[in-house]
Amino acid sequence: MPTIDFQGKQIELDEDGYLVNLGDWTPDLATHLATGDGMTLTESHWEVINFLRDYYAKYQIAPMIKILVKEIAKSMGPEKGNTKYLYELYPAGPAKQACRYAGLPKPTGCV
Amino acid sequence: MFCWGAKAKSLNAVGFPNARDWNPTEEDWKLPENWQEIFLEGMRERLSKYRSFRLFMDICVRCGACADKCHFFIGTGDPKNMPVLRAELLRSVYRRYFTKAGKMFGKLAGARDLDLKVLKELWYYAFQCTECRRCSVFCPYGIDTAEITIIVRELLNLLGLNIQWTMGPVADCYMKGNHLGIEPHTMVNIFETMCDDIETLTGIKITPSFNRKGAEILFVTPSGDFFADPGTYTCMGYLMLFHELGLDYTWSTYAAEGGNFGFFTSNEMAKRLNSKIYAEAKRLGVKWILGGECGHMWRVMNQYMDTWNGPADFLEVPKSPVTGTVFENARSTRMTHIIEFTADLIRHGKLKLDPRRNDHLKVTFHDSCNTSRAMGIFEEPRYVIKSVCNHFYEMPDGTTREQTFCCGSGSGFNAGENMELRLRGGLPRANAVKYVRDKYDVNMLANICAIDRAALTTSMNYWNPGMGVTGVHELVANALIMTGEKKRETNMRGDPLDMPVEEPEAEAGAAAPADKAAGGKANV
Ligand code: SF4
Ligand code: SF4
Repeated sequence: MPTIDFQGKQIELDEDGYLVNLGDWTPDLATHLATGDGMTLTESHWEVINFLRDYYAKYQIAPMIKILVKEIAKSMGPEKGNTKYLYELYPAGPAKQACRYAGLPKPTGCV
Repeated sequence: MFCWGAKAKSLNAVGFPNARDWNPTEEDWKLPENWQEIFLEGMRERLSKYRSFRLFMDICVRCGACADKCHFFIGTGDPKNMPVLRAELLRSVYRRYFTKAGKMFGKLAGARDLDLKVLKELWYYAFQCTECRRCSVFCPYGIDTAEITIIVRELLNLLGLNIQWTMGPVADCYMKGNHLGIEPHTMVNIFETMCDDIETLTGIKITPSFNRKGAEILFVTPSGDFFADPGTYTCMGYLMLFHELGLDYTWSTYAAEGGNFGFFTSNEMAKRLNSKIYAEAKRLGVKWILGGECGHMWRVMNQYMDTWNGPADFLEVPKSPVTGTVFENARSTRMTHIIEFTADLIRHGKLKLDPRRNDHLKVTFHDSCNTSRAMGIFEEPRYVIKSVCNHFYEMPDGTTREQTFCCGSGSGFNAGENMELRLRGGLPRANAVKYVRDKYDVNMLANICAIDRAALTTSMNYWNPGMGVTGVHELVANALIMTGEKKRETNMRGDPLDMPVEEPEAEAGAAAPADKAAGGKANV
């Protein structure tokens, strides 16, 4: 499996670039992964990442989109509480891309 | 075109052999030294255990009737994706080690040594067959190539050669009760969110129960229905329907999965996962089980469950508490498909429906491989759709009912890395959808399977952008007039309704047109 050398530590990634060990995550690492995709994480991006991480800590899975959208509407205003806004932030899909930066595994099954 | 190899942690979770991390793109697949022996011994065992397997190895006359019937052959043009040649990959090994002619004459008799190259080829093509069984409909000998693929996957599984997209869900279902690994408290949180949405839409507060002992019915659906859109709208549809009926039912956080990805690894694993549903039914003391809109779950139920874990005679034969109908077809499994249950409700005029609320949709129906070819569920979904929608159009003959085309991602292929294969395999279905889109302006593709809802969404985005995908119970929920509901402003997805202006008395008499609709259609 691929590993990256980051701040003197070997970090294991799976084939799709998700962290294998969730404990490896740091905010710097998130920034580093985003930079690798040519992205700069703004405050709005962090809002999503932080929510994903909080939800995961409580529920051991990434939130479904419905819940993410609602949460963003609550914290950033109803005009941003929609999937369109989330896709603008994360063009490769909020579930996939944001979860990867947040250090969460991707859900598998009938999804 | 392939999925990533199964991970050690998932294989370990269910005690599968040769658990290790491996990568199909690397030369070394980290096989046990005696892998050949294991494979052939597994084959010997299955040849004596399954008469059908030996028969399918022996009787193919290579007439070619199946050759162009596979969606993967149509979509890839790869000759080895012709069902006859897919099976030939294993047949050549069978000849070499299990027939006299093959042992003596080798290549001349169409036999091949089982070497690493052959093994890798078997792996590659076993995971380019969705076990959809379309080919078997056309074979004059009734050879079911899906059954051969199932055996090949079992044999590969003995060597730890599975794919992670099926192994992850299998391990999660075994450990946590569902494919997605949703924990009990998470499941409750998700349902609260869905019920909030229902309240916003209808003004009605629903509080479903979980793991409730003594409920009459246990309801089980694929976990995709309560995690991913558009399945969630169908799940909300179940909740609304059951609430309106006042059904005495419970969800379970232990048997929280109707699907069975175990079936895509080995029969034994499928049996282990299937048994959880029955263990839970027993523990809760329910009378019977109702199952959600799923495809392969019903193949497992209808064709295998009874021999594996049945008969479930501690349960009662399913009987609708609303209409009194006894579902005789579920006499041994004691589990009924929700589409049969709902069709029966409508037939008896038990639902108040306003199909105009689906007037913004022009709907077609995709028969899932498993509910159609393994169960013969053809009429019920069509009857339900026509009762709740005014605009329904069939795709061309030869692409529906028992000849339906696979969504392209069945049997656990829904992985992102497998996109090219999925889109190629999805082409024949998408092509038929395009036909009704161009001809009738169809904008919604309905189905009764959670894999379909995920797979067709992706496939349509690519082949027919703008085409929506929906479960049938989302359409039911749009049309369902609930007691005490407020006037609906939007459909289940929050899109404004495209309806004629209501007459002033519509509020009070909202049931009137719907009664007519339900009553009228019930006589069909
Ligand atoms: S249709 Fe049946 S007999 Fe003919 S080639 Fe295919 S599997 Fe063999
Ligand atoms: S079962 Fe389906 S996918 Fe497999 S060979 Fe037959 S038609 Fe193709």
